[in-house]
Amino acid sequence: MTVASDPPLRTAKRPSRLFKNLMAKIASIPMILTALVVFVGGTTWTVVYSFTGSRMLPKTNWVGLDQYERLWNSDRWIISIKNLGIYGGCSMILTLVLGFCLAACLDRKIRFESAFRTIFLYPFALSFVVTGLAWQWILNPEFGLQSVVRGWGWETFTFNPINDPDTVIFGLLIAGLWQGTGLIMCIMLAGLRGIDDDIWNAAKVDGIGTVKTYVVVIIPMMRPVFITALVLIASGIIKLYDLVVAQTGGGPGLASEVPAKYVIEFMFRAQNLGQGFAASTMMLLSVVIILIPWAYLEFGGRKNG
Amino acid sequence: MKLSTKLLAATAMISASAASAVELEVTHWWTSGGEAAAVSKFADAWNATGNTWLDGAIAGSGGTARPIIISRIIGGDPMGATQMNHGRQAEELIEAGMMLDLSDVAEAGGWKDIVNPSALLDSCTLDGKIFCVPVNIHSGQWIWLSHAAYETAGVPVPTDWNEFVASAPKLQAAGILPLAMGQQGWQQNLAFGAITIAVAGTEAWREVTVNKNADVARGPEYTAVFEAVANARELARGSNVQDWNQATNMVITGTAGAQLMGDWAQGEFAVAEQVEGVDYSCLPGLGLNEVLDTGGDAFYFPLNDDPEITAAQKELAALLISPEVQVSFNLAKGSLPVRGDIDMSSANGCMQKGLGILADGGILPSGDQALSADTQTQIEDLMAQFWSGDMAAADAQESYAELIANAD
Repeated sequence: MTVASDPPLRTAKRPSRLFKNLMAKIASIPMILTALVVFVGGTTWTVVYSFTGSRMLPKTNWVGLDQYERLWNSDRWIISIKNLGIYGGCSMILTLVLGFCLAACLDRKIRFESAFRTIFLYPFALSFVVTGLAWQWILNPEFGLQSVVRGWGWETFTFNPINDPDTVIFGLLIAGLWQGTGLIMCIMLAGLRGIDDDIWNAAKVDGIGTVKTYVVVIIPMMRPVFITALVLIASGIIKLYDLVVAQTGGGPGLASEVPAKYVIEFMFRAQNLGQGFAASTMMLLSVVIILIPWAYLEFGGRKNG
Repeated sequence: MKLSTKLLAATAMISASAASAVELEVTHWWTSGGEAAAVSKFADAWNATGNTWLDGAIAGSGGTARPIIISRIIGGDPMGATQMNHGRQAEELIEAGMMLDLSDVAEAGGWKDIVNPSALLDSCTLDGKIFCVPVNIHSGQWIWLSHAAYETAGVPVPTDWNEFVASAPKLQAAGILPLAMGQQGWQQNLAFGAITIAVAGTEAWREVTVNKNADVARGPEYTAVFEAVANARELARGSNVQDWNQATNMVITGTAGAQLMGDWAQGEFAVAEQVEGVDYSCLPGLGLNEVLDTGGDAFYFPLNDDPEITAAQKELAALLISPEVQVSFNLAKGSLPVRGDIDMSSANGCMQKGLGILADGGILPSGDQALSADTQTQIEDLMAQFWSGDMAAADAQESYAELIANAD
């Protein structure tokens, strides 16, 4: 930093930018290659082959946009997209709100904070498969929550979300929230701990209430933390797959299908790579459409400013 | 002969016999109790020849195992032999030249004459060459009826599908679910297939499934089918189980009247120590059209560079279809053998019914043989949607006809 702001001190010829930090650059070559070949290369390959009629093995018999036409005419794909929308919207909002509230509660210097933190974070240590199975049992009307409450004497209690096509996605949401909120809480808590005590003291001196301080002062200060949390939640939503497989298997009927499951099943069970590639390209496209304007605003703006 | 020559010959013989003891890895997805017992019959027979059977069981259904098997073959790490459902699942692998040609073994063993029905061998054949060994036949057109349920309801056990439908209100009045149905697409599709053959008959079925004639799928025979399925859907309302064996268990315990399921359901009744004709009944072709499809399992042998392994693969292929192995394996598995010239008299009543139908030639190709995996998946999706929701029969028929029109 000081060197850059103070060039006249340097008498020798300035080294080329390319060789600055040469060792670091050499060390990162494998990672750059991996990123280029695996991520960019693999993605390009997938997109290109989504325009072919590949079945079990990739072939180059071009069929134009046929795969996409079939995709968007498929009931299952439309249901999957809708489910992802509902799950994604609810999960995004609820995880952020619950995570922040839990973190704020823990930050009030309560007793047994570390015990609570562990309890809330524990579900995150479980895989989605275990979470899905556990919640499948909890939500099973015959021996889960419903029968327990009925056993307490409340005979008409009905809570059977995962066997009803209209509510099954909320059954998934409960399990997803249970698992994901703990991590977001920890990130938020770390963010809250990073806020200087002076800020709180200043707010106290100015006579601002606790809740108002959180909303008006603290949350805007935690912007980077929120963005990290947002990216984590969003990537969790778009790749939602194992929870569905373990908890509902996509059922009843097709009521809890998700796009990632569509991709996997058409690539492998239906042995129709082209169709799977088309679906995964659509998933990529939706991410790109959301991500690029946001990244531009977030990072592009800062560079100019 | 000089001593050194003798020694040389002896060494050669030893090394030859050592070379013939080859370790072959065999992948399959037979992991339930009865299935594992059946596959051990193969393993024992193979080990008895001095070779080694390296068991590569993959837990989960075929849907889980097939992608693993296929990616291993494509990825250049082929196993010695692998189970598949005979039909079109391995079609592209054969076309890509990744499977061993078994024509010479087939010729030596006279498979053309012994395999019954011959359609089984046809689905292993591509361009006149044979690429797989069929090992058993499993059919899906069965209804399993609980005697206990019918006793509770006070009606005689039905002898065909129509009687079953007529008796359903009595079962419901007695608090028994008429039809147990696992909420998975393939089971709902299997039930649809069984009802189709019973209601529309084999001619219409063949025209639609084998010849992909969408006009017949839109025609009156199929309208009747979809109405019957819509009716069956109402009889199965409230069946919240997922796996097929949970549904079978409802029939075993008498909480459900019947289940539409393939002949592998028999194993569950056997494990529960129920007796055919006393505790449960089975009706092939739902008692209306006594025909069975000839789906089932076959073994494929991925191409290998090592001539020793190739020789062992051919040896195993011949062994799997040999009479003794066929009898012991199929008795354990509860499936029908692929050859008609062996003694299956120790099989139970349901298997005897199946054997009788096979001998009479009442056979159809299976869905796996007639339709690609892609079309199968789409039909299963449609059935999952139809059975679990309120889709009208006419809408489902139109969507089905559309799939058949685009099928390959």
